[in-house]
Amino acid sequence: MSAPEPLLSVQNLCVDYLTPTGTFRAVRNVSFDIGHNEILGLAGESGCGKSTIAFSIMRMHRPPAFISEGRILFEGDDVLAFPRRRLEAWRWSGASMVFQSAMNSLNPVLTVFEQFRDMLARHERMDRAAARRKAAEMMAMVGLPADRLDAFPHQLSGGMRQRVVLAMALTLKPRLVIMDEPTTALDVVVQREILQEVVALRRRLGFSVLFITHDLALMAQFADRIAVMLEGRIVEAGGAESLVASPRHDYTRRLWAAMPRIEGTVA
Amino acid sequence: MNAPLLSLEGVSKTFHVRPVLGPARRVEALRNVSFSIEPGRALALVGESGSGKSTCGRAVIRHFEPSAGTIRFRGADIFAGRTRRGDRAYLAAVQMVFQDPFASLNPTHTIRHHLERPLRLHGGAGDLEARLRRILTDVELDPATTLEKFPHQLSGGQRQRVSFARALAVGAELIVADEPTSMLDVSIRKSVLDLMRRLKEERSIAFLYITHDIATARYIAEETAVMYAGQVVERGPSGAVIGNPHHPYSRLLISAVPDPARRFDAAGGDALAFTRQAEAVRRLAAQPVAGYREVAPGHFIAYSETDHA
Repeated sequence: MSAPEPLLSVQNLCVDYLTPTGTFRAVRNVSFDIGHNEILGLAGESGCGKSTIAFSIMRMHRPPAFISEGRILFEGDDVLAFPRRRLEAWRWSGASMVFQSAMNSLNPVLTVFEQFRDMLARHERMDRAAARRKAAEMMAMVGLPADRLDAFPHQLSGGMRQRVVLAMALTLKPRLVIMDEPTTALDVVVQREILQEVVALRRRLGFSVLFITHDLALMAQFADRIAVMLEGRIVEAGGAESLVASPRHDYTRRLWAAMPRIEGTVA
Repeated sequence: MNAPLLSLEGVSKTFHVRPVLGPARRVEALRNVSFSIEPGRALALVGESGSGKSTCGRAVIRHFEPSAGTIRFRGADIFAGRTRRGDRAYLAAVQMVFQDPFASLNPTHTIRHHLERPLRLHGGAGDLEARLRRILTDVELDPATTLEKFPHQLSGGQRQRVSFARALAVGAELIVADEPTSMLDVSIRKSVLDLMRRLKEERSIAFLYITHDIATARYIAEETAVMYAGQVVERGPSGAVIGNPHHPYSRLLISAVPDPARRFDAAGGDALAFTRQAEAVRRLAAQPVAGYREVAPGHFIAYSETDHA
């Protein structure tokens, strides 16, 4: 990256979990940068600490997890030092997050519009009519008709729910969107639809993505750079192409070898 | 060629859904599904969620009777002339392995209990202890350390091996495996697939392998059937169906399988165009299948009445 200052800089991050038998270090001295407009992929198996990092960046980690060392700089400012009000304002507008299960991140008893309105009223002090216009605009952006705003989450398919979450995550024009296994619960065709949508939206709006998944093949299609994690550490990081073509670390090679690959060409 | 172990002939299933709120609906979960599996071979059913692939598996293990069509096991209709004895034999011969190894083993019982019961109930000769050990060794688990453990003391991959051991304990000839690896970590998935492959080759166990993971279908199954909206849209040798799909829906599905060689930002890049195309293909694939044409030996493509092909 030639940019002088990265959008996000995670420096020497350590996250511990308090357990009855002592502390367990889930994230060990992890450092990485995400440039402006860059998609960084964080790959690894369950338990490797990748989601813990995502939650730590948003400061959504909860006890028994605590950050014991390191800095998280967003445009040069230390996120870990943000006072409560600044943190609340920063979430959604500076950085937003898309989780694996859209059903769990949407409130089941509110319509889609009410969830948009809640966010827009808090952050932008928007009235109902303005919120409605904004929500409809965002829905159109992710390819959903505006009448779906009046639906409850359970009335939407899994793919539509994840599009709603994506629309909400982009509404306040954040510069960073953290996506933690955003399409793992979805079918492959829907997965491709949504990730292509993200690629197109990034081109249009300009934002960076921290993309977390266990699926290396998918990551290689989507991310600009990839970092591979094992037991709380980043063991290898590099450009997506070089990580596919010539993985250096033994663990990365093993991850690749562990997956039966689809061969043959398809139109 | 051997006689098929399992065959489905024009199997359909309509569910009548009566929700607490809203009107009753008919759901055609299976429409005219036909395929067969020979001993020691595997057929993969692939498709999106809701395509009917799991419903197919559940019909085979007799969770419900089809609305139309016949399911035969070794040539005999599995729903006709049922006797207690026949039922028991069928339950032993056809076993199911589920997606979630956490939910399919009883947390309050040891692995010994899980395997001893089927060994006792389904008889068989020989020393129980020796058979227990042999079965665990067959699924590549160490009998000395595994037998007295509880399910929560095992990893997901080990638990799934216990599920396969349980199927072996009753002498299964056909295992219906519904997404057996999708909850496992990437690095252990392949070892479980390798186990299935070995059971197939060494013990002539047949598999109905239900999955949304198309790469694994090719890895273990000789034949693959692609399902959409309760119908088989394409069926044939896995290499041909996956490497050279003919039906538009199979093409769409296979083109969406993650492939590191094709970048999203390079591949056309037009998100809206891909979504529109996907919707058009889904509409087409949901049309009733009028028949199948054979494009290569054993490779069948569905056509609908509106097709000009």
